Amino acid sequence: MSKVEPVDVLIIGAGASGAAVAWSLAETRMRIVCLEQGDWVNSSDYPANYRDWETRQMGDFGINPNRRANFADYPINEDESPIKVANFNGVGGGTILYAGHFPRVHPSDFRVRTLDGVADDWPIGYATLEPYFAVNDRMMGVAALAGDPAYPPKEAVMPPLPLGKTGTVLGRGMNKLGWHWWAADSAIATEDYEGRAKCINLGHCIAGCAQGAKASTDITYWQEAMRARVEVRTRCRVREITTNADGMASGVIYYDAEGKECHQPAEIVIVACNGIGTPRLLLNSASSRFPNGLANSSGLVGRNLMLHPYGSITGFFDEPMDGYRGPHIGTWSQQFYETDRSRGFVRGYTYQFVRGAGPVYAALMGMTALRIPWGHEHHRAMRRVFDHTAGMVSICEDLPEEHNTVTIDPVLKDAHGIPAPKIRYAISENSRKMLDFSLARGTEILKAAGAYDVATAAPMPHAGWHLMGTARMGTDPERSVVNEWGRSHDVKNLFIVDGSIFVTSAGVNPTATIQALALYIADNIKQRLANLFD
Amino acid sequence: MNYVTSTTSGPPLTADEAQALRCVAGYMIPASDEYRVPGADDEQIFANIASTLGRETDAVRKGLQRLDELADGSFAGLAADARNVTLMKLAVSDLPLLSALVTVIVRCYYRDDRVMQSLNMEVRPPFPKGFEVEQGDWSLLDPVRARGRIYRDAP
Repeated sequence: MSKVEPVDVLIIGAGASGAAVAWSLAETRMRIVCLEQGDWVNSSDYPANYRDWETRQMGDFGINPNRRANFADYPINEDESPIKVANFNGVGGGTILYAGHFPRVHPSDFRVRTLDGVADDWPIGYATLEPYFAVNDRMMGVAALAGDPAYPPKEAVMPPLPLGKTGTVLGRGMNKLGWHWWAADSAIATEDYEGRAKCINLGHCIAGCAQGAKASTDITYWQEAMRARVEVRTRCRVREITTNADGMASGVIYYDAEGKECHQPAEIVIVACNGIGTPRLLLNSASSRFPNGLANSSGLVGRNLMLHPYGSITGFFDEPMDGYRGPHIGTWSQQFYETDRSRGFVRGYTYQFVRGAGPVYAALMGMTALRIPWGHEHHRAMRRVFDHTAGMVSICEDLPEEHNTVTIDPVLKDAHGIPAPKIRYAISENSRKMLDFSLARGTEILKAAGAYDVATAAPMPHAGWHLMGTARMGTDPERSVVNEWGRSHDVKNLFIVDGSIFVTSAGVNPTATIQALALYIADNIKQRLANLFD
Repeated sequence: MNYVTSTTSGPPLTADEAQALRCVAGYMIPASDEYRVPGADDEQIFANIASTLGRETDAVRKGLQRLDELADGSFAGLAADARNVTLMKLAVSDLPLLSALVTVIVRCYYRDDRVMQSLNMEVRPPFPKGFEVEQGDWSLLDPVRARGRIYRDAP
């Protein structure tokens, strides 16, 4: 095994949180290295550069790692989950393929036990994270419209995404019903920003932004972190975190780009591998000192997996909509976000209003749903659907349940022979009721907006974008994996900064909150350097 | 689901399998004089379909086999009405296989120049020209503003 020069800080994973924590710690001038199992993505490889852009979205830039099966991907046994995982492995991680939808969690999301009597409160509150949200919004470059009544006041870094025909039609529908809607906070530059060109409405941001307008961390945080001498080592897959006789993390064993096994010693190890990759790594790091996996004295590593069940509501309109033009997202509603027990469930959800699809997806969805027939009627029906749809997805808060888990699959392994994760996940009765409610209200919205027909589906099977809860934070070492500033209760120089540490999932996309948490934890590390391991 | 560590493209289709797929493509999306578009069995489009099966190859092969089973012989040998019934049976009994067949057909058909033009699309990739999306009028939010805050305070 090759032993490489020791570093002060080792970050595992170069996605949303790894990039943010690296950038923040860079000012300490410590020696910082990030190991990333994937590679840099070249923007000229993104599907929008090519005539067959929709086909390419189904291939190397597909959202499911089992289907994509690129060299950087590890397999996931998801047979026992109705929701399949969506991720990307490479510098930028999930931000390469996310839509750029960038809501924050709300003040009430931190106090679910106190306010609603379910799950657990977070050990921190909105006020703690607020300054980090603001820094993150500026680093990522967030387009927004100030004054959203669903949030405490916050800055709009850039003007919002265009409303478009879709936003206008759906907004009128919402106004008829008297329900909340607003411009979505979006990590998409609407004007030239920090070296990034503004959005030109390529559409379908979820296969990578060829324009560079969408804020993936390879073109935001990492550029600044590397200028501050942080090293990113790509195609390096970590097998396990090693420990010493003092019970401290001593570094990691990884396979480098040539497949050579290496040991990287480190003073501080920061895990940023997402809600599945992180418990996988901790469980694979079991040793005689930590027989149940590293940082797992609570037994909660890999438990409480939350995925956000999604509902889909699509309206069919006589008038043309935006279709495949423009960012998929644009506006949102949080009318049903806060708890109202008369609805039959606790907690709530966000509607993310969406534009239409390109012709391939329109035909594929229409034909498999038997809405667009085959045979001679195909062309007429296709023209009635294509460019004539608009709708929404409901992002439902998923409460933590210990039986929803990430474990190590006894058989499946990745290309390096490292045991792969297995997820077990079931949708709770509360989530099911919330989904049903969201489909019913969504149908009302689309009818009010003038849709002649509405199609609904829930849960969306390939919508496991948000991976949370599997190494939760808390003050009680028996009920949490990391403390209130992200340090492992068990291993004093081990930190976790990704979505694993969420206590509850809230009803919004988590990236903004994941990054704010990473910046907050980095600040705590900086402020406590003198006695960090006490 | 059959989770895998590599793609499941498998060997290319045999000539008979390719002919069967072409028959399915031509039935699903026939040529239309009214819309001035070729069918999905058009020589150029089908060559594209056959050469880009990729990750769908195995599923397409299974789908074609299943169609023949449902047809009690050969799907290609059926009359139009019977083909429709058979495809419906596949949709009901094994939607993922139907989805694989539809996927490989529509992803090549709907990027053909003639078809895109018929849909009033510009024949080009999205980048670098992009698209226009109307800015809209944010005063539409005035009633929402007027109703005031809806978030809860938390201790």
